[in-house]
Amino acid sequence: MKISIQINEGPYQHQASDTAYQFAKAAIAKGHEIFRVFFYHDGVDNASRFTIPPQDDRNVVSNWASLDIKNADGEPELVVCVAAALRRGMLDEGEAGKNGVDGNNIHPAFRISGLGQLIEAGIQSDRLVVFGD
Amino acid sequence: MLHTVNKSSFERNSLQSCLNTIDDTSVILLIEDGVISAANNANSSMLADLAAQGRVFALQGDVDARGISSKVADNIKLVDYAGFVDLVEEHGTTVSWV
Repeated sequence: MKISIQINEGPYQHQASDTAYQFAKAAIAKGHEIFRVFFYHDGVDNASRFTIPPQDDRNVVSNWASLDIKNADGEPELVVCVAAALRRGMLDEGEAGKNGVDGNNIHPAFRISGLGQLIEAGIQSDRLVVFGD
Repeated sequence: MLHTVNKSSFERNSLQSCLNTIDDTSVILLIEDGVISAANNANSSMLADLAAQGRVFALQGDVDARGISSKVADNIKLVDYAGFVDLVEEHGTTVSWV
């Protein structure tokens, strides 16, 4: 079964991202396909490659990255909403260049794209499960 | 339909909103702080009725993390994350009450 996930909250403050990660891991273990994970609102903060939690704590960002969710073209299907990301200072190289900012912070396992990707995930997947707070 | 509820009913009324709208075939999965409502003394009569029909589930890991394992009402079924995935598969659309 094709399953997509929407995450509306950032790491550590709320449990939503942790629950979604455990759900995604269990779905993959059962042989389901995670078609896309869409990070929306504060959920975009799950994509920062500069996240450094204490050594004895889980690393939410690298947990997501370790699931290695990609499409047939090899592009990451951990998708960060562009408008939500730019508002919160989350940029990839392209957006940094476009906006004249001197750095970028999106983890390479994620990519920035538009809200249309969420709609498409809803259409293409058998299930869309939302995690928020 | 599968309805997930992730807030304690002491914090928000999302469980009550869910119970007010749920149809006769849907099931409820309590996750995160939502599992507080699975404890005997926090059980609303509407939730208890649904539980008696076998239509209420709670996420085991979240129950254990909150120390209420011994207080969960008998007819609320505990599931792990694999069980969560099965519920999503079996019940079509998932509605997330947050």
